[in-house]
Amino acid sequence: MGMTMTQKILAHAAGLDQVTAGQLIEAKLDLVLGNDITTPVAIDVMDGFKKQQVFDKDKIALVMDHFIPNKDIKSAEHCKQVREFSQKYDITNYFDVGQMGIEHALLPEKGLVVAGDVVIGADSHTCTYGALGAFSTGVGSTDMAAGMATGKAWFKVPSAIKVVLTGKKNKWISGKDVILHLIGEIGVDGALYKSLEFTGDGVADLSMDDRLTISNMAIEAGGKNGIFPVDEKTIAYMKEHSTKSWTVYEADPDAEYERTVTIDLSSLKSTVSFPHLPENTHTIDDCGDIRIDQSVIGSCTNGRIQDLREAAAVLKGRKVAKNIRCIIIPATQAIYLQALKEGLIETFIEAGAVVSTPTCGPCLGGYMGILAEGERCISTTNRNFVGRMGHVKSEVYLASPAVAAASAVTGKISSPAELGL
Amino acid sequence: MQAQGTVFKYGDNVDTDVIIPARYLNSSDPAELATHCMEDIDKEFVHKFQKGDIIVANKNFGCGSSREHAPLAIKAAGASCVIAETFARIFYRNAINIGLPIIECPEAAKAIENSDKVKVDFDSGKIYDLTKNTEYQGQPFPPFMQKIIAAGGLVNYINEQ
Repeated sequence: MGMTMTQKILAHAAGLDQVTAGQLIEAKLDLVLGNDITTPVAIDVMDGFKKQQVFDKDKIALVMDHFIPNKDIKSAEHCKQVREFSQKYDITNYFDVGQMGIEHALLPEKGLVVAGDVVIGADSHTCTYGALGAFSTGVGSTDMAAGMATGKAWFKVPSAIKVVLTGKKNKWISGKDVILHLIGEIGVDGALYKSLEFTGDGVADLSMDDRLTISNMAIEAGGKNGIFPVDEKTIAYMKEHSTKSWTVYEADPDAEYERTVTIDLSSLKSTVSFPHLPENTHTIDDCGDIRIDQSVIGSCTNGRIQDLREAAAVLKGRKVAKNIRCIIIPATQAIYLQALKEGLIETFIEAGAVVSTPTCGPCLGGYMGILAEGERCISTTNRNFVGRMGHVKSEVYLASPAVAAASAVTGKISSPAELGL
Repeated sequence: MQAQGTVFKYGDNVDTDVIIPARYLNSSDPAELATHCMEDIDKEFVHKFQKGDIIVANKNFGCGSSREHAPLAIKAAGASCVIAETFARIFYRNAINIGLPIIECPEAAKAIENSDKVKVDFDSGKIYDLTKNTEYQGQPFPPFMQKIIAAGGLVNYINEQ
């Protein structure tokens, strides 16, 4: 029986010729990731291991990104604990203030993940690297600790949903609209325990930044991973960013899928997820008059250079509406610098937005843009759960960078078309 | 191994942000996390939940973040078991890895109501609603996970290897 792309990667990592959905396997890991929230718990867990060791100091990435630069004393203690751990084990890929970026933007940019890799990360959005043709999935801190110590993890081989993308996107439509539309179609548990395997001629129309955004939110449909085939764009990206060797896996023609979902990219409109679940999607035409208090453009989902370019194209020569806070967060130092060179940062500041150092910050209600009772935010982030960005009676609407930027200008949820763009 | 307690019942898609809001993730101390457990969905939880009590919810319990702080908070709050129609996969892994007993049973999760007295037998996977005098068959763990649970979590399992 044929295997899906995900199953082929897992079979190879487990040293097996064939795996089937539901099979429990132990796979070798190419990278283990943690951040400033999850790594301290993993370090405490590692203290319980008989053998005090890391399996490979080059294959662990520790990224301080959620609450840094340290937002309070407790966060500072956490970062200190990870910093000392990294020094003790001489961890090669430890990223602190000055070198860090939001982990899922940083790792591909640094070339630490390539096609065919198996990656676990103690962060749910670790599924992002599926965009590069890798198997990557989120785990908890105990799994991370076990991965750091042994270089292995157990997995249940997932079944898959095939997502066939066709056609070409219209202007202002991005990867964010594709994934929000899909989550709206299949629901927040539509891919529970499963792979989302993207395919079809529409893949060629998606930039790497689009694909990273789509794979990033596979978890928002409950997915174990979200993976793209490797094409010329993937190879060009890996050549630009990485010195690692990669392996291209393709799904067998007779691979089994639990269901197939087809999305015609040309039919997509700007899509907005209403509170309090990502599946509550509306097209921009059906949003009605929703006033906002804040617009956030950033995160591991949408803090890449393409996202900032789209936001700048909307904000150029315009002003953020009175009483609206527009917070823009480049996801990495390199993206920040690129945006600076391209004049995007100047555009943002002239428009009346603020630009922050890379941080997850407001996405998870950490800091740098917390909402008060009754406030509404349009955000390019990934979750709109109750209390996600602040007060339990605040609201988050998820959208693309173009829509978040246009909304900042009008003060209500808006498309760039409303600005004549 | 058995669990018995009073049920605290919730609906679909109970996410990790309501189980333990991120504003408290500057701590990783289970006892401190437990004082904020379920705060954004049920302010009374921390006052009423007793050691041994049981959380029952509908589908996709624990969706969202990978934060192990979520099952840690529930365990430290004293929960003896979580029963749900389905669990989000990272929460499921985390619960097994830290030794928080969980069991999937759509029929039980739908029928059991708030404040019911419930008993769970983990060896057989049987769930008994003592208030309604009903019985359900939950999904038993596959043998591999039973080994991890029998070892007392992933840390002990690895130490034994």
